[in-house]
Amino acid sequence: MKNFIPNIKIKNPEDQSKIFVPSRRDFLKISSLATGGFLLGVNFQCSGPKGEPITFAPNVYISINSNNEVILVAHRSEMGTGIRTSLPMILADELGADWKKVKIIQAEGDEDKYGNQNTDGSFSVRMFFEPMRKAGATARQMLIQAAANKWGVDSSECTTENSQVLLTGSNKKVDFGDLVEAIQTMELPDASTVKLKELSEYKLIGTDVPIYDAKAIVSGQATFGADVDLPSMQIAVIARSPVVGAKILSYDDAAALAIPGVSQVIKIDGAGISLGFDKPLEGLAVLASNTWAAKKGRDALVIEWDLGPNQTYSSAIQLQEMAKSTFKNGKISRERGNFNSAKSSAVKVLDRTYLAPYYAHATMEPPAVIADYREDGSVEIWAPTQHPQWAKGAVAGALGLELPKVKVNVTLLGGGFGRKSKPDFVVEAALLSKAAKTPVRVQWTREDDIQHDFYHSHSAQRIVATLDSSNKLTGWNHHTVFPAIGATGNAAELHPSNMELELGCRDFPYEVPHIRIETHESEAHTRIGWLRSVSNIHHAFAIHTMMDEIAEARGLDPIENALDLFGEDKNLTFEGEMEGDFGNYGEKLEDFPWNTGRMKKVIQDVASKSNWKDKRDAGKFVGFAAHKSFLTYVACVVVVEKDPNGKLTIPEVHYSVDCGVGINTDRIKSQFEGGAQFATSLAMTSAITFENGQVVQNNFDTYQIIRMPQSPKKIHVHILPSTEKPTGVGEPPVPPYLPALANAIFKMNGKRIYELPFKV
Amino acid sequence: MEEYSISVNGKKFDVQAFPDMPLLWVLRDLLSMKGTKFGCGQALCGACTVHLDKQAVRSCSLPISEIGDGKITTIEGLSDMGNHPLQEAWIEHIVPQCGYCQGGQIMTAAALLTTNPKPSEEEIERAMEGNLCRCGTYNRIKEAIQTASKKL
Repeated sequence: MKNFIPNIKIKNPEDQSKIFVPSRRDFLKISSLATGGFLLGVNFQCSGPKGEPITFAPNVYISINSNNEVILVAHRSEMGTGIRTSLPMILADELGADWKKVKIIQAEGDEDKYGNQNTDGSFSVRMFFEPMRKAGATARQMLIQAAANKWGVDSSECTTENSQVLLTGSNKKVDFGDLVEAIQTMELPDASTVKLKELSEYKLIGTDVPIYDAKAIVSGQATFGADVDLPSMQIAVIARSPVVGAKILSYDDAAALAIPGVSQVIKIDGAGISLGFDKPLEGLAVLASNTWAAKKGRDALVIEWDLGPNQTYSSAIQLQEMAKSTFKNGKISRERGNFNSAKSSAVKVLDRTYLAPYYAHATMEPPAVIADYREDGSVEIWAPTQHPQWAKGAVAGALGLELPKVKVNVTLLGGGFGRKSKPDFVVEAALLSKAAKTPVRVQWTREDDIQHDFYHSHSAQRIVATLDSSNKLTGWNHHTVFPAIGATGNAAELHPSNMELELGCRDFPYEVPHIRIETHESEAHTRIGWLRSVSNIHHAFAIHTMMDEIAEARGLDPIENALDLFGEDKNLTFEGEMEGDFGNYGEKLEDFPWNTGRMKKVIQDVASKSNWKDKRDAGKFVGFAAHKSFLTYVACVVVVEKDPNGKLTIPEVHYSVDCGVGINTDRIKSQFEGGAQFATSLAMTSAITFENGQVVQNNFDTYQIIRMPQSPKKIHVHILPSTEKPTGVGEPPVPPYLPALANAIFKMNGKRIYELPFKV
Repeated sequence: MEEYSISVNGKKFDVQAFPDMPLLWVLRDLLSMKGTKFGCGQALCGACTVHLDKQAVRSCSLPISEIGDGKITTIEGLSDMGNHPLQEAWIEHIVPQCGYCQGGQIMTAAALLTTNPKPSEEEIERAMEGNLCRCGTYNRIKEAIQTASKKL
């Protein structure tokens, strides 16, 4: 398994494990930074067998051996954000390790040991900046103490750099590795005595650091989900229920079994409707010695399905019904003032309906996973999973095993975007390995991936905005309706959850005296999931294209309009206005306030860096939107042009971002660059539709994502310097881009855009 | 099932396979060479790109029976030490995000530079159009190709 599986030999893992005790994060509910402090045992040192290096491992993330190797554990999943580099960077910076020589290994799924591993919701850095600093600082303090003891000096005279302790004002230095033996007799310091470095002291944090896996990736040596080979492994390709809830009535597998290489056909019982995220769809798996034979075997299956209640489902019809429902009174989720009075006294009313389709994740790596169920009743998994702990629990549940019997190794993920949080595909492999009594790789084809995803929900929205005689925006009434994520586990959930509504809808931040946010019922007829930035996608599209219309109606520049509507710098609380509490992405408002001043700063920054005013004055087609999501403040300007053939091009994009302290600034930039490309696909090329309960699209010809010639060209990312707590950047680039692009296109052709994806 | 002898990265391999078995699965499943990736199975995404006699081909749609004496190069064999100018440029520009498509991207780019060492921006875009990247690394890919091109 190359270098992705942790191989630290720990003498007393129980004693070393609890660097902090995180609260388990359920689903999308984001837990607060739950660090219980350093619950470290005293038996932190490990000595290897004779002749092998001795190891100093003050916590589960760091080990240093007497060969002066610094080994850092990446405990969260790498799906392209760079987190496998960014969190170890924090450890190394605090420790004073030689970054060029550190080794990074990937943790297996074990949240009791490593803390929260659910790589989702753009919160890895937000949640782990402090714990990583503390872990690094503890090790540094002990190494410094060991060196100070050795030299007979006070520890305050020592510093660390390049995996050495240095004595200030002298040439004295000692390798970390040479202190490992001396540390054997030391005790862990009290957590309260561990001093973190000042931000100004960091050498890696706040700089562009290349990703750890770059060399392995470009030389074809990196290990992704399907890249693990086990002896006598069988490959499974599965015919899954074409309609969610369908059951197999009968099947004929004779032709499949006649194909050379095919060994078995195994039925997987699906959970029916409301099957949740951790149970497979009903299916028939063909196992073979290679993928091609398995695929041919699947093609040869004859299956009679009972397609069940979803077989008449049409997404187009439902979307029209959803749009109609927004003209009725809905369930009120937030109320400020009295919208009806604003409307009755308005001199101008803008009333617009917005539609958005289902989207599939379409990770470049389709789901693929290896399971090895063994005679002793244990199972080992190799999976490209965003959430190894959930995978572990789901496998244990499906196989009736105790948790310690399940080991989940995390490979690199060829893209995640929320798809690979869901462990359904991992469970498939575990069930099949047990039934087949052999290691199994489950390989999803692209068609499987596009047709059996957990989709971003399609949606209808209606926004009614009112202006009074003094040209003020007085009322805002936002109706939103879409099948909820929660319905995948419980069909009775007919309204979006508060969590989904706080993804850019009921957390509407502008200073408008009368606000009403309403939801309407809709049923789920497929598996709904979360996709990069989730409901922010459709909410931000509707809100910020409407803001552009409001600016036009008020005769204001869109940026002046936004700054005006944010009013004075202040912290928003939404107090007394919301049904239920304001979730703030799981963080307390005192820790992560909603500060309009920070929002205004990114808006002013993007205006200046993009030369917004000059471009407007010169008649360029520029569009603007600003949207805070996942606690990160983002403003975006998109420039569009027509090429000589009349085709739309996107020559320039500007983002200004305030994500607090920037950790790996290159990966912040790359997330925004990629976010713009991802959002271009959502805006212009991709859509999933259903007819007769089945997904119409099935590969990249029908579910299109943007290609290089059509992609936005120069993407400038302006990171505002900040000493605020860091927040994530995986998702925040996506939401403001879609409306900024739509607003730019309006400047070009004078047509407002109300439906995604838009064709130009 | 038929017997085939194919040349991959300068080595001969004898394999038994269906005539219609795509080269991709020969490489991945029969020869255990995992650098070439499966993306779509229909030559729509380019993740599986390899060279057949120095030309970029989509191995997911190339049956083994059509390879004959052709010489195959995969990402593992593009250079001895992972130091092809494109691979170095890819690292310099920190191109990869998830990394899954990048082997295929590099193989397409390498074939382009073999026939056209100084491609224009438009020529790069046209050559790379068949390679999808869901993470959206297109601009860095383009910059890396331009950097490598200067070194050739």
